[in-house]
This record gives sequence, C-alpha cells and structure tokens, in this order.
Amino acid sequence: MKAWNKIKNWPLLLPVLALILVMAVNIIHDAATGVNPMSFFAVSLRDTTTNGTILYGRIIDIINRGSEVAILAIGMTLVVSASAGTDISVGSVMSLCASFMCMNLAGYGVSSTTTLAKPLIVGLLAAVLMGVVCGAFNGTLVAHLSIQPMVATLILYSAARAIGLLLCNDLIVYVRNPSFAFIGAFCGPIPTPIIITIVCIIIVSIVLRKTALGMYIQSVGINAKASRIAGLNSKLLIFLAYMLCGIFAAIAGIVASSRITSADSNNIGLYLEMDAILSVALGGNSLGGGKFNLAGSIIGAYTIQAITTTLYALGVSSIQAPVYKAIIVIIIVVIEAPPFKAFIRRFNAQRAAKGVKA
Amino acid sequence: MKKKVLAAILAASMVALTACGAAAPAAPAAEAPAATEEAAPAEEAAPAEEAAPAEEASAEEAPAEEAAGGAIKVGFAQVGHESDWRTASTKSCQDVFSAENGYDLSFVDCDNDEAAQKEAVRSFIEQGVDYIIIDPIIATGWDTVLTECEDAGIPVIVIDRTIDDSDKYVSWVGSDFLTEGKAAGEWLKAYADAQGIKEINALIIQGTIGSSAQIGRTDGFNEVAKREGWTVLDQQTGDFTEAGGQEVMESFCKSYAGKFNVVVCENDNEAFGAMTAMDNAGVTYGPGNDVILISYDACTAGLKDVKAGKITADFECNPLAAPTVEGVIKQLEAGETPEKQILVPDNWYALKDQIVDFSVDGNAQKMIEVTDEVIEAQY
Repeated sequence: MKAWNKIKNWPLLLPVLALILVMAVNIIHDAATGVNPMSFFAVSLRDTTTNGTILYGRIIDIINRGSEVAILAIGMTLVVSASAGTDISVGSVMSLCASFMCMNLAGYGVSSTTTLAKPLIVGLLAAVLMGVVCGAFNGTLVAHLSIQPMVATLILYSAARAIGLLLCNDLIVYVRNPSFAFIGAFCGPIPTPIIITIVCIIIVSIVLRKTALGMYIQSVGINAKASRIAGLNSKLLIFLAYMLCGIFAAIAGIVASSRITSADSNNIGLYLEMDAILSVALGGNSLGGGKFNLAGSIIGAYTIQAITTTLYALGVSSIQAPVYKAIIVIIIVVIEAPPFKAFIRRFNAQRAAKGVKA
Repeated sequence: MKKKVLAAILAASMVALTACGAAAPAAPAAEAPAATEEAAPAEEAAPAEEAAPAEEASAEEAPAEEAAGGAIKVGFAQVGHESDWRTASTKSCQDVFSAENGYDLSFVDCDNDEAAQKEAVRSFIEQGVDYIIIDPIIATGWDTVLTECEDAGIPVIVIDRTIDDSDKYVSWVGSDFLTEGKAAGEWLKAYADAQGIKEINALIIQGTIGSSAQIGRTDGFNEVAKREGWTVLDQQTGDFTEAGGQEVMESFCKSYAGKFNVVVCENDNEAFGAMTAMDNAGVTYGPGNDVILISYDACTAGLKDVKAGKITADFECNPLAAPTVEGVIKQLEAGETPEKQILVPDNWYALKDQIVDFSVDGNAQKMIEVTDEVIEAQY
C-alpha cells in the first residue's frame, strides 16, 4: 500500500502512463492482426553495407527520430519555467543554424559538395554561435525589454527561416560528406542522435542538480519580483534560459541537418516548436511557469514521436494521420488536466468513504 | 507554326467576340469556356493592355535607353525551394525574366505556405505588375484571388502545378503529371515482363498530399497497378522532402520487411531519403537488386544516382517552364491569345539495360540512356 501511494504521488506517473498508452495501441494492433504482439518492441542487430552492424527496430526509430524534439524540449522547459512563456522560434532557429553551418561547410553559393570547405568543427561551432545569438536576441527582448515571450519570439519565428534562405543563396545546400553525415547516422551500432540527446540531458541534469541554477529559474518563474528582492538577478536568469534554448535549438538543427546531409531551410524544424511546447505540456509541466520537471518533458517528447511512429506502423493514411494525432493528444491532455485529476481524487475519496461505511 | 496560326485564329475570334460583347455566351459549347474566360480579362484589361503595348513597342525599339522605364513587370509566386527541381525552376525564371531581357521580376519564395502565396499575389496586384506567374502550392481555393487579378486587369499565367477551382487565368504551362505516373507504371510493366518478374508489391512515398504532382503521379501509377493487378502495399506522404522520405521508408522497411520489391518515390529528394533508410535496413535497391526504385523529377543529383545504379528509372518533370512562359507573355503583348494548356516536354531516364519499349495511352515512348553528357546537360 505504501508503495502504491508512492507511485500515485510520483510526478512522472501521468507522462509515463501516456507513453504506455500509445505503446499499448501497437500491442493491441499487432495482436489483432496476428503478428507477434511484442514485434513493435523487438530490437535486433542488422548488417548494413553503409554503417556496419546497427541496432534495428521501431523502438530505436522512436528514440532516434525523437531526438530533435527531446533536445528542443530541454530548452523549452527552462524557458517556460523562467518566463511563463514559450519560445515559438525554436523550429526556425534550428533551420537558420543548420543553414549557417552548411554555408560554412560548403562555402557560400555552393549548392552541392562532398568535400568540406572548412573543418567540421568550425561548422558546428558556427551553428552553436548562431544559436547563442538567436537565444540572446530573444532573451534580451523578453528579459530586458519585458516584451511578451510569444511576441518577442514571433520575430525570429518568421524571420529566421528567411535569413537561412539568404545565407544559402535560396538553395538546398548539400554537404554529402561522411564525417558530417556521422552526426545523423550511427556511432557504432547506436544512432548518433541518441547519444547526443543523452549527453545533452546528462549535462543539463548535472548543472541543474549540482548548482542552484534550477532552483533559481523556478523561483524566478514563480515570482520574478520576489526573487529579485531576495537577491536573484531575475533578468539575467530569464536571459540565460532563452540563450540555453537557442543553443539547444542549434544542436537540434545540427542533428536534423546531418540526417539529410543538407540544409533544407524550408523544412528543417518545421512545426517542431509546437511539438516542443506540447512535450513540455505532456510532461505535466504548467505552461504558467515556475516548477518544472525536465524528465517529464523528455518523456513527452518521445510520446509525440511514438504517436507519429505508431501511425506509420498502423499504416494510417497520411491524410487522416493528423486527426488521430489530435485525438490521442486530446485524451492525454484531458487525463493530465487538473480538474480531471481533482475529479479522480474526489471519486477515489468517495469510494474510500463508502468502504469505511460498509 | 500550327500553334501560331491557331493562336492567331483564336485572337481574331476573340476580337470579334469582344466587339459583339454579348455574343460570347452564344459561342459553340466546345469553345465556350475558353472563349468566355479569355474574353473577360481582355474586356477588363482593354484600356491597360492597349496603353501598355504601345509603350512596350517603343521600348522594344529602343531597349537600351528605356530599359528601366519600359521593362515588363512580372511577379512570380514560387512554391518554395524544397527540392532541386524547384531550384531549377526558380533559376530558369530568374534567367529568362532578367533585367537584360527587358523584364523587372518580383520573385517571392512562399515557403510552401499557401496563405503566404495568396498574399504574395495580392501584393503583386498592389505593385501593379503587368503579369503574374503562379506555381500554386495547392490546387484549390484560388477563385477569389484570381478574380482580384482579373479585376485589376493583370493576366495570370499558372505554371507547373494546376488550379482546379478557377479558370480565370490565361494559360497553364507545365508537365502532365498523370502521364508521368502512367509512364512509370507502363515502364514497370514492360521492365517486369522483360525481367520475368511475376509479382509486383509496391510501396509509394507520396508527395505533399493535395498537390497536383502528387495526385497525378499517384493516380497515373495506380491506374496501371490496378489494371495489371499489382499489390500496392501502402502509400504515405514524405512531403517531397528527404527527411520525409527517410522517415516513411524507415517505417515501411519494418512494416513490410521482405514483402516489397518496388518503391516509388514521387520526387528525387524523397528517393535520396528512402535510399538512406533502405541502406540502414540492409535492403538493396537499383538495377539487379531486391528492390526496383522508381523516382520522378530527374534532377542532376537524381540522374547521378541513376548512373550509379541506385535509382532504376527516373521520370522527368521538366522545370524549365520559363522560356515557354515568356512565349506566352510575348503573345499577350502582341495582342494574341495563347493556348489554355501548354505542355513542356518531359523525358524518361534509365541505364541502358533498364531501357525497354513501352507506350502510354497508345503513344510509343522513347527513353534516354543516362550518360555523363546527359547529366552534364541536365539543369
């Protein structure tokens, strides 16, 4: 009973349940169609001509393809917590960073290359630098000029993609180079994006746990004025949150661009800002700022990817897929909504009361 | 030559119709739609058109002096730059409608946003351009905007993709996607027969749902598939992008492991992504391997993959519409009526061993063998 209570009060309970719910759909579908019900979860090793022996399976696909949203979700969680607002520019910033990186790697105006014009590290640093610049821009507008986060980030939301286009001379820039492709391909048997995501999560977790940064950000998010009076530099903290969000957008952009070994500024990160915000919400975080749960956001990110992969696995027609996606999201959001939780609590209490009477 | 004569006759009949005005509805049924459409903009645009050619004529006589003042203003609302094909199309337009050729081109890249595209067209009207070129992102929802163009007396030329719910444009210049889809199907039939492949189990990675390229290519291929009794295991959209093709193929490889022997990608970029996904799934593709890979567009990078024995056959969709569009504009400038539908010729590409004879709707088709020279010459 004690263990049950512990589980019931576990903050990640609902996000995890939501993820299990999505996975369950696959088990039911496989069982109904006569396939081994666990085939969705089967992971095997497979020999390929291009990447050697690699891990193979739908679960790997979900964790691999979910990398970009998971990385974005880290930054988004910090922004939401600190400023009670969302950074809607992350998808466009991803695209801009990818374009800037490929422009550096290929040389300006070159549309297709197999050799790098500059060392790979220069391109990567260029992307991260661009992420810092974009994040600092958003951070300045929000923290120092007190512009509403959505309005402030709307500027780069619409402009960043277009700037990326200019940098790439209105072209898709192909950098078909194996050392660049490595970032989006495989490191040994494991997809490199998974490793990058894990590294990002570990670094952020350590920084948040070992320093007081996490607590400061939450405190600013709960009450910026009170935090300032208590001696915290609220403006700096909000600024930092946006800058970190920009850096993570850059990392996500590097991964997305390397997967297709090109800078496709029209499509990289398209609508991903919405997925990132949704993962924060699915993770049980309040979009009103304050307390946050990073693990929840990351589970939320993989839940979104699990929905997409499930729809592919079920062979749902592309035209109808968004409808099913919406239905699943509605169910998950309703389950996690405070009034619904309160209703369940009341329901449980009534049942308990009846039990006492009897 | 025939086209010019026809255009002249049409122009003459149009003058007669506009002169009578009310006579238009009385025109014979077959000609009625064409005649009324063309009569309408001509009537509306009459004052502007009459004034413009006079100016233009003098500008053409003295292009050097009056290049800036007399330049023909053209607005081009492009879909975006999602693929190499699109880039070639954009470049073709920018080259043809250059300042040296006496044009003033306003180019808008609409980033695959249909609302932005309609806004772009409206801004062209405000700028008072002489001609508007649209490559419609989706086929429907155009009537209001095109009516606004008509009211402003600006002739609209549609290129590449089609507009289904309005006919208030002068001409459509592009490729016939349905024929491309059928050609891919008929080629596959002939090739499978030649190779002794009995069973076809196909997977289709579609383009952006609702775009006329996707509709035509899917329908054309499926028409042949249905007739021949092939199995189409699944069709999902990859949005004409490499990332989309990669993700969809990755899933297909798991859902239909060992069950498919044909993959149809509705553009080259999707094929690039599908190839990466098949590499990672240990599936071999291309001539002589497990999977026959069919692609559309035949851009330079696509042809290189045909040459490298990765893509089995590539069906071109010619992006160089701009020279034909310029012809239409010249006709309009001269007061002639261009044809409503003008096709840009397409080619089909494969390696020597994959070239088989086939016909589409009874017309024998000729395939082109991919060589380094062919790749060099491709846009």
